[in-house]
Amino acid sequence: MKYFVLSVALAFVFMSETSKPVAPTQSSIRASITRGKQVYLQQCLACHQVDASGVPNMNPPLIKTKQVLGDRTALIKIVLNGLRGVDIDGDSYNGVMAPHPDLTDREIADVLTYVRNSFGNKASAVTAAQVKAVRAANKPAN
Amino acid sequence: MKLISRFPGLCLILCLGALVANAQLKLPAGFKAVTVLSDFGSVRHIAVAPNGVVFIHLGRLKDGKGIYRLQDTNGDGKPDKITGFGNFPGTGMAIRDGYLYASSDEEVFRYKLDADANVVSPDRPEKIVTGLLARGEHQPKAITLDYSGNLYVNIGAYSNACQLQDRTKGSPGQMPCPILDSAGGIWQFKDDVPNQTYGDDHRYATGLRNVVGLDWNKQTNSLFVMQHGRDQLSYLYPQYWNDKQSAELPAECMYELHKGSNCGYPYIFYDQFQHKQVLGPEYGGDGKKEAAEHYQDPILAFPGHLAPDGLLFYTGDQFPARYKNGAFIAFHGSWNRAPEPQQGFYVVFVPFENGKPTGKWEVFADNFAGGPDKMSPSKAEHRPCGLAQGPDGSIYVTDDNRNGGVWKISYHK
Repeated sequence: MKYFVLSVALAFVFMSETSKPVAPTQSSIRASITRGKQVYLQQCLACHQVDASGVPNMNPPLIKTKQVLGDRTALIKIVLNGLRGVDIDGDSYNGVMAPHPDLTDREIADVLTYVRNSFGNKASAVTAAQVKAVRAANKPAN
Repeated sequence: MKLISRFPGLCLILCLGALVANAQLKLPAGFKAVTVLSDFGSVRHIAVAPNGVVFIHLGRLKDGKGIYRLQDTNGDGKPDKITGFGNFPGTGMAIRDGYLYASSDEEVFRYKLDADANVVSPDRPEKIVTGLLARGEHQPKAITLDYSGNLYVNIGAYSNACQLQDRTKGSPGQMPCPILDSAGGIWQFKDDVPNQTYGDDHRYATGLRNVVGLDWNKQTNSLFVMQHGRDQLSYLYPQYWNDKQSAELPAECMYELHKGSNCGYPYIFYDQFQHKQVLGPEYGGDGKKEAAEHYQDPILAFPGHLAPDGLLFYTGDQFPARYKNGAFIAFHGSWNRAPEPQQGFYVVFVPFENGKPTGKWEVFADNFAGGPDKMSPSKAEHRPCGLAQGPDGSIYVTDDNRNGGVWKISYHK
């Protein structure tokens, strides 16, 4: 059992390593951010607002929260599967976020890279390969 | 030297900061607002006892309590005796015939008050209604009472427009909408019978997406409500609405309800520019088509997404005569107008005679947000929510921001 857990853990480490065979360059990140902004305007702004400050009690802010800055797999899954109700720093948000499986791997990577590097956020880029891997392992929402 | 030369600038910034943090409400000539309570908590609805004691319900617990009793014993206009009770947060707060009614998101309780509006058994309220659905979206249960022993409870639809998958592009509207059997309307209960819940004949009105502001009109002897209209027309259906249109549509509507009223949610919404009910896009609408069935029309239609959270028919004699029997509405302020600028964050007034509006709506109390650059839900210094009338004819307005409070607005000739 112990070995099984270990091997699964190792597999994850291995997967996350192999999913970024080439580190994104500064210029490719900048391009991703530029494209990601357009996705944000189309898909996110209506609820999360122009400045990503969100709506108290309803739609969470996207500014320096652990969900935005933290684990990329979890963040990608929020976009793919949507979210209904979340607590952030003791505040609960009851708004409903639709799933967005219709967005391409590239669009999801771009918008997350944009959000993680805008509004005062600073975090690593998300790549299309990472989104592809998460999507492949993702269970359907319903 | 450097420090000294910087000091005046620093003082200016600090002093301005203090001013900005205490946004002054803008009121018509002759009216004055006094801060009753500030930096207290998320104050939702409010009720005032005949002797002037104020009760407020908080959206989140403060020191473990959800309801606070505010008493001004020395007459300086500020409560000096503040006591908390009730271990549940919530919205609803109303007083009738010696009882204080309070709602959580699933239940309604009542507390017996003595002649001085003391709560007789603060730890042992009677549970009047129980088992109501609370599924996150639109879960606060706003309440009001008539003068014939009935309690009215809003049960908001746990959905935007009853799509199979909520707020999702391309997801169809469910027909018939299964939410309506237990939400999306107003339910009526006896105000003195314990442990009532869903069941035969309790549904009073249907086809209402979500109601937070509601009041019993004594002149017409009927229930008036303000509906929160649907969101995201341009996001979900960019082929029919652009962002500018979607910021204004649908109207936030006032309805006068009677037993059996059906206001048409989620199948239609009211377009205040075409002055008609249009078929919802989830049900085949394109912004012009009408529904086969005609539902009840609104009494008043306001701009979209302003979020009416408080409604009060003014019955006092303190304000000038034109205010008598008119409606005050607290608009919490929009979020679903983005990328267009947000609006609301004010209390409006509409003159009424015999239960019918006699003029256009006008902004009565403004500047809750604290400036044009703060007109957004996260930046607004204050967001008006609950309304109540005091025995002297003043009105009270609450602020449900995290550090919200209460104002009292009076008229001085």
